[in-house]
Amino acid sequence: MTEEVNNGCDSCAFYNAAQLKKLGVNVDNADYVIALAGNPNTGKSTVFNALTGLKQHTGNWPGKTVTRAEGGYSYGEKQYKLIDLPGTYSLLSTSEDEEVARNFILFGRPDVTVVVVDASRLERNLNLVLQVLEITDRAVLCLNLMDEAHRHGIEIDARSLAKDLGIPVVPTSARSNEGIPELIQTIQGVAAGEIKCKPHRIKNLPKKLSKAVDELNSEIVSAYPDLPNSRWVAMRLLDGDQEVMQALKNGEFQYVQDNEQG
Amino acid sequence: MCKTMSKDKSQNILEKASSLRWEVGDNFHDKLTEGIYADSAAISKRAETKEGQGDYRFDRKLDKILTSRGFGFPIMFLILSIILWLTIQGANYPSGMLATLLLENIHPLLKQGAASIGMVWWLDGFLIDGVYLALAWVIAVMLPPMAIFFPLFTLLEDFGYLPRVAFNMDSMFRKSGAHGKQALTMTMGWGCNAAGVVATRIIDSPRERLIAIITNNFSLCNGRWPTQILIATIFIGALVPASWANITATAAVIGIALLGVAFMFFSSWILSKTVLKGEVSTFALELPPYRPPRFWKTIYTSLIDRTLIVLWRAMVFAAPAGAVIWLVSNIHVSDISLANWSIEYLDGFGLLLGLNGVILLAYIVAIPANEIVIPTILMLTVANLNMMGLGAGEGVMFELDSSLETGNILKAGGWTLLTGVNLMLFSLLHNPCSTTIYTIYRETKSWKWTAVASVMPLILGLVVTFLVAQFWRLAE
Repeated sequence: MTEEVNNGCDSCAFYNAAQLKKLGVNVDNADYVIALAGNPNTGKSTVFNALTGLKQHTGNWPGKTVTRAEGGYSYGEKQYKLIDLPGTYSLLSTSEDEEVARNFILFGRPDVTVVVVDASRLERNLNLVLQVLEITDRAVLCLNLMDEAHRHGIEIDARSLAKDLGIPVVPTSARSNEGIPELIQTIQGVAAGEIKCKPHRIKNLPKKLSKAVDELNSEIVSAYPDLPNSRWVAMRLLDGDQEVMQALKNGEFQYVQDNEQG
Repeated sequence: MCKTMSKDKSQNILEKASSLRWEVGDNFHDKLTEGIYADSAAISKRAETKEGQGDYRFDRKLDKILTSRGFGFPIMFLILSIILWLTIQGANYPSGMLATLLLENIHPLLKQGAASIGMVWWLDGFLIDGVYLALAWVIAVMLPPMAIFFPLFTLLEDFGYLPRVAFNMDSMFRKSGAHGKQALTMTMGWGCNAAGVVATRIIDSPRERLIAIITNNFSLCNGRWPTQILIATIFIGALVPASWANITATAAVIGIALLGVAFMFFSSWILSKTVLKGEVSTFALELPPYRPPRFWKTIYTSLIDRTLIVLWRAMVFAAPAGAVIWLVSNIHVSDISLANWSIEYLDGFGLLLGLNGVILLAYIVAIPANEIVIPTILMLTVANLNMMGLGAGEGVMFELDSSLETGNILKAGGWTLLTGVNLMLFSLLHNPCSTTIYTIYRETKSWKWTAVASVMPLILGLVVTFLVAQFWRLAE
């Protein structure tokens, strides 16, 4: 991987450099930071390799990527930094790899989060997608393993999915590089703000709960008007998430907001 | 000012949240999860059409066999046996070729070159007989088996077999108080213990992860397979008629590998009953769909990713070890080399364990890389016996053309079947190599656990070889 020095970088305010550095990510010379999230064993590492040309070891067993892998690529004169997050089924509990993934999306604020899903197990994979969409509104769904779904007689209407989720959906078969050019293009579109996302918000909540979420949410919004994931923070607080409470006390959201405005 | 303001704001939010938590009750998490599931179901129903069955009939059929009570374990042993047998059989020929090329052709050329530029004898010995020969030996012995073992293993991994192994062994690991995913890290350890230790990150519970780290050394690693294979061929294969020799040797090596698994269960059980007490945590292991591996790509990446990286590591450690071997054999105190001093010093203790001083010294010298144990043993045996005409001089590692010749040297050095068996046991049960020790420290960040993981297998090895030697001699 060669990283060319990009002079326009110093003045580029697309990313939250200080926060990312705190998470151990070197963002020098990168215009956009892209996170790869997804359930275990959906081919995230294969997508990562296809995008970066790196040869991360891939294997057919869940939990193979145990740390964050990093790589980069350039497209249309922009440098993209790619972070391969550990595979998780959800972002709601507290195992180590789920925290790595969640903290990265929440505090690292990637420019685009690509959620890789197994097309042949769509329903189960969507659980994580919906949670990611509560945290960030700049996301792309990579509908991977299309070849496998096909083999098992499963067809997926990507347009209907995109409409329901409110984010672009790109079908891929990363093993054979199918759909990767389209994925790169779509990531660029979302990163540059050319594609606007209107992410789906979790709907099927009992009345009492959604009222509580809304109430707390409006409190958070009035304190931090530019926090994009205030609703998710509200849900975490109602769930008693210690780490999010701590982050709130330490003023980390304030920090996020200051940087966002700057 | 800004800071106090944000303090107030966050305090307000937290208070609000805690009062709302009372209102919604404590089932928020469940309700939220249910909501997410309901949304997922609705969305996927709209987007998805399943033609025909849309199921995994083939996968289920295969899983019924591969994870069945009756066939699960026999199939596992069969697959392991086939891989090992292919490795033993297949590595022989290229190993011999590499040895001929690097040791018999290139080594004399280097010596001549050094002589022609008038290099002083000690520099020439240190660099060419020490460092170069150690590197050449590691390449000749390690590269062929790794180039066969790793791709085969990776093909199985790509196909999706490893999670089935974990599934089969889950209940055994649970009974020993460990995590079922330890089966995965155990199989990774068969390739390389350092890699196995890193792979324990997939285990969430710190207690179970520590158990997996400490016991990973009982997975016979790639650096030790060649030792096992050679000694099994010389001492155990020789017990049966020639046509059965390879199969018997394979069986002996598998026996040692399985003994390692047994020790892993046993020590996990001891640890979970003593210093690492706790409940076994449950986990969901997803059996991924079987995927036809892409053959050539797998061969390519496993050669680049695993084989060359592990080989490089071995070379980095072998070079200084080769230098040390040459030095201890050539530095003399009262006309006796340091090597001979230590061999004599260690001999009594070694014999007590059914081993000898040479083997113990070789293990001390070879702490950096298990791969160089056998060449060190041969070199020290020859130097100790002053077998002139054999080998290439003091402190020079060499490779013998056939295991028969190797056997002759070892037998001349006083080796018996007991020495062979106990060397195989000790090779299984001793401290991890320095890379693994360093990796354990990096993963646990604790000197205490690193020390436990390093010393425990060594103590176990000393006890086991001692007991075997005593009973053996009683029976004789």
